Amino acid sequence: MTYTGWILLTASLVGLSCGIVGGFLILRRMAMMADAISHTVLLGIVTAYLVTRELSGPHMLIGAIIAGLLTAVLVQWFHSRGVQQDASIGVVFTTLFAIGVILIATHVGNAHLDTKHALMGEITFVPWDVMHVPLLGEVPKATFMLAAVLLVVVIVILAFYKEWKITSFDPALAASIGIPVVLLHYVFMSLVSITTVASFDAVGAIMVVAMLITPAAAAYLWTDKLSIMLVLSGAFGVMSAFMGYYIAVWLDTSISGSMAFATGIVFVVSFLCSPKHGMLSRHVHRFGARRSKENIKGIS
Amino acid sequence: MSVLQVQDLNASYRKNKVLHDVTFEVEQGSLTSIVGPNGAGKSTLLKVMLELHPKLSGDVSFFGSSLSRMKTRVGYVPQRGSVDWDFPTDALDVVMMGLYGQVGWFKRPNKHHKEKAMASLDQMGMADYADRQISQLSGGQQQRVFLARALVQNADLYFMDEPLAGVDAATERAIMTTLNDLKMAGKTVMVVHHDLQTVEDYFDHVLLLNRTVIAHGKTEDVFTKEQVYRAYGGSLRWMKEA
Repeated sequence: MTYTGWILLTASLVGLSCGIVGGFLILRRMAMMADAISHTVLLGIVTAYLVTRELSGPHMLIGAIIAGLLTAVLVQWFHSRGVQQDASIGVVFTTLFAIGVILIATHVGNAHLDTKHALMGEITFVPWDVMHVPLLGEVPKATFMLAAVLLVVVIVILAFYKEWKITSFDPALAASIGIPVVLLHYVFMSLVSITTVASFDAVGAIMVVAMLITPAAAAYLWTDKLSIMLVLSGAFGVMSAFMGYYIAVWLDTSISGSMAFATGIVFVVSFLCSPKHGMLSRHVHRFGARRSKENIKGIS
Repeated sequence: MSVLQVQDLNASYRKNKVLHDVTFEVEQGSLTSIVGPNGAGKSTLLKVMLELHPKLSGDVSFFGSSLSRMKTRVGYVPQRGSVDWDFPTDALDVVMMGLYGQVGWFKRPNKHHKEKAMASLDQMGMADYADRQISQLSGGQQQRVFLARALVQNADLYFMDEPLAGVDAATERAIMTTLNDLKMAGKTVMVVHHDLQTVEDYFDHVLLLNRTVIAHGKTEDVFTKEQVYRAYGGSLRWMKEA
């Protein structure tokens, strides 16, 4: 595959997994948790690197899951002891992220892992760092990891689809009929963590938040059905990835930045044009209503 | 036979003790209203009994056994305001959620479950709204959907948190008819209720609560001016003249 092909495929995989996970993130009103986890996985990655001296897939995923769960547990712990939810998130993630940054600066700092890379990602390098996969041949490591994570995300979401739905809509009912709400919460946090860390190389900690939240928020505006919302959210993620790449080529600028910008465009278009919630359609409705009123007046 | 036994139940929210030595028993086939001032711990009592909120001490037994063994026989209707009605789903889907416990892991609800859910919606007069997105329902209709979801669970003991709060008159009638039908079918229902004017007409038992049980028993014995004043302390502004 061509260099551009790999980049587009990698970015599309980011868009898909982030879009699907993001759909449930916004329905569970946890957008801020995504922001938090996208930063704290850095600590997980650095710690995994310090322990194993390797920056390979499995170690990073495990490090990210531990960091993500630690974030979720700490936020909950402070909140249950009287700290406001948003303040609790703010305190926990900045502190853990800061530890990650200090560790990078003092112990790790090398060509493979630095703070700028962690924050902004560098998708342009992805196609050069390859591994050999049986049957497929040479595949970029990041792309392979993203494909594996997407597979896990899709399987876990589909296998527990009705459980995700009920725990997102009405956790009290879910608990009362015996669904393990707390366990599912932490499984979901793990999904967010692995999605984030797999997307890390490609888009970095800041941009991954845009991929997680914005396509899902846009999809929410278009439909009243959960399954369609998730599909749309994934599609919007892919669309943003493509759009972002070509904007970056056109303006000769950061790919991850352009992709995040593209999610913003998708959202604004959705906000203006979506049939039920969109500003434009509301305006058309109002205009239509006024016209029919005038017609009635004209008749009388 | 008592279907629910609560013994010396204590619970707190943050550092405030909300329930203090709550003890009572509920007989099968009774329709009980839980009545008390704001902050009396009515909703908390339901949540603690259902293990949705931790207790400090005390025992709760359902049908002479533990909740974990009796989960399928216990139904819960949370406050309408406790969920996000903008959630992308329709009325039928919400009712179907009541069956998720019976559907089992890794399975999808089938045609049979769908028919059951439709029948429940129909019973609440909501069959025409099955495909309606839930944000487009009125408050009363949303409450009926919640009731339909409880009915489809086919439980033996129901806890309902303010099902009559902020609903229209038609919905109030529909819900009370349903509650009486449940009672006739030998089911037991406990309802957190806020409207003192209707207690005597709607419920055969009353649990007066203000952090602890002020009085509990048949409505005519318990719902007296003196007892209600005792439960509400100085905060009662209105009381039906007997």
